[in-house]
Amino acid sequence: MTPPATPRRGWLPVRKPLSSRRETTLAVASFALPLVLWAAVSYVPFLWHPFVRIIDAGDGEYTAGTLVERAAFAEYERGLIEQGGRPPQGVRANPVYLPAPHEVALAFYTAFRTPPRLPSEPWLHQSLGRSLRVILYGFLISSAIGIPLGLLCGTFTFFSKLSEPFVEFFRYLPAPAFGALCVAVMGIYDAPKIAIIVIGTLFQQVLIVANTTRRLDLGLIEAAQTLGASRKQLLTKVVVPGVIVDLYTDTRILLGWAWTYLMVAELVGTTTGITYFINQQARYRNYANVYAGIMLIGLIGLGSDMLLAWLGRRLFPWQPRAGKRSMGEMVRAVLPGSEATAPASAA
Amino acid sequence: MSGKLELASMATAPETDPAFVPEHRRQSAAVRERFARLYQRPVTLEIAGLTKSFEAGGGIVTALQDVSFRAHRRELICVIGPSGCGKSTLGRIVAGLDEPTGGSVRVDGEEVDGPCPNRGMVFQGYTLFPWRTVLGNVMFGLEVSGLSDTAAEQQAMPWVEMVGLARFATSYPYQLSGGMKQRVAIARALATNPRLLIMDEPFAALDAQTRAQMQDYLLQIWRQVDVTILFVTHDLDEAVFLADRIVVMGAHPGRVLEIVEVPVPRPREVAHFESPLFVATKKHLEKLIHHERPKDTDRLPIVRMTQVGDDVE
Repeated sequence: MTPPATPRRGWLPVRKPLSSRRETTLAVASFALPLVLWAAVSYVPFLWHPFVRIIDAGDGEYTAGTLVERAAFAEYERGLIEQGGRPPQGVRANPVYLPAPHEVALAFYTAFRTPPRLPSEPWLHQSLGRSLRVILYGFLISSAIGIPLGLLCGTFTFFSKLSEPFVEFFRYLPAPAFGALCVAVMGIYDAPKIAIIVIGTLFQQVLIVANTTRRLDLGLIEAAQTLGASRKQLLTKVVVPGVIVDLYTDTRILLGWAWTYLMVAELVGTTTGITYFINQQARYRNYANVYAGIMLIGLIGLGSDMLLAWLGRRLFPWQPRAGKRSMGEMVRAVLPGSEATAPASAA
Repeated sequence: MSGKLELASMATAPETDPAFVPEHRRQSAAVRERFARLYQRPVTLEIAGLTKSFEAGGGIVTALQDVSFRAHRRELICVIGPSGCGKSTLGRIVAGLDEPTGGSVRVDGEEVDGPCPNRGMVFQGYTLFPWRTVLGNVMFGLEVSGLSDTAAEQQAMPWVEMVGLARFATSYPYQLSGGMKQRVAIARALATNPRLLIMDEPFAALDAQTRAQMQDYLLQIWRQVDVTILFVTHDLDEAVFLADRIVVMGAHPGRVLEIVEVPVPRPREVAHFESPLFVATKKHLEKLIHHERPKDTDRLPIVRMTQVGDDVE
């Protein structure tokens, strides 16, 4: 019996790229599918909508606009009818914490235009600016220590053995646990927040950079040694240029880590930044604004990552790459760890 | 002088007639004279009592045992042997990348202690710096020696031209074919004017045609450059085609079985591959190496999986 041949075409080739048209379709679908699901739940009344929004209370005591559970509304309606009163009017609605897509889209615009409720509160763009500043400083400080140390650990066993056991231990300590300590030492302004991001990122960064450095082809180092390179020249002229492409990808991934720690960091001491905005809007029950705030982070993250990926391809011209990139390839190039799978093109 | 010693050791071939000279030893007058002149030249590489052993799997493996030979200035000496004979280890020790357990390696009378640009190396895996252009790769050794960028570029460019890649000077390695990459690697290794060029199976990854072309290129380069070449290979044809002398090694432990003077006249051409001298030398090498190979690996334990009578040979 011959096993069924694996089809060469179709949507599921194993470890093979799809046509760029299909890849683009899928890339669009990866965003469109959740959006469609969300829209369906929001706009199709019988899909979920566990509440009824009162439009006209009839002769009852509810006020218009209140959300009532469907079962409770039915009972209330029946009660009013039995008493001979005017029945209430209502439409099925989702809970207040699930706004519809158009409400969130609108919130994107209005959130930036709405002045803060109190004069002492920051505008959204001010909150966002503060978040970006904290993450930038945190990530720069972490990289300034983590990248050189990682390079040394990956190159010299001496530094690896001297620092990596401690780093391994420290990275298991949850960064938020240092929150109170950081505030005690550094006060309540941005310094402890930056420190949390550094603590959260640095130790991962050292290990990741060290491992990336260790993956450098030993042959390149040996070739450089036979050409007379000194230890310092090996580091500056072979190791650094040899790992810079992977290092760049690592840094992009680690920037994502830093964003994760930003949320925690902004809760330390006085709540600030985008986290303050999200918390405050949740308190006001402006859930559309909450979603807008969360998505804003996602968009900034994805946007900055795509920008860095695009920049990376221009910074490192020795990388084999296809001439023109489709949207699908763009998305694949942006995903972590996919740089190495880029199709090689020989001249 | 060393040539005489080797002659003596080889005269003990088990032939019945004491006057019999095996075919691969029958050198023409010109070839004999050439070897005489070669032995007159100063010794560039002197390997004496070289031993390398390391621990593996709880035991001690002897990769090299008492390996000794010399190469004279501008000699092209090949090292061949079956896998596991330590020929690559030998190359790496001479390059200074591995440390021997015992014995010594001297280049121009100086003891080898770590890598040094007076011993260039070409690896099987190209090992070009992917972030540097062809010219940039060739400039590397000159740059790390302290030359300015312009001076390094001026000195590197003739080497790029010499290996026929002037048109590709600004190309990156990923844009080159395997043969071109290895030409860059040769130019890069030669640009620092080494006394000795160590080549560790440099053409093994290339297809047959490219390999033949590269062998020809190498001979052309060697003719024009004052460099001694230690060429490690497992390809007998390649060794006979390139070498002045061939160091034949055996495995387990890695040791020198014989040092063969190649009687094929120079300049070598592709036509020589079929000459009786070439064939006889290759046969002799085969006999030496084949003698070493364990017999039980020759046949695979395969049962018949076809119909009786449905034979292909």
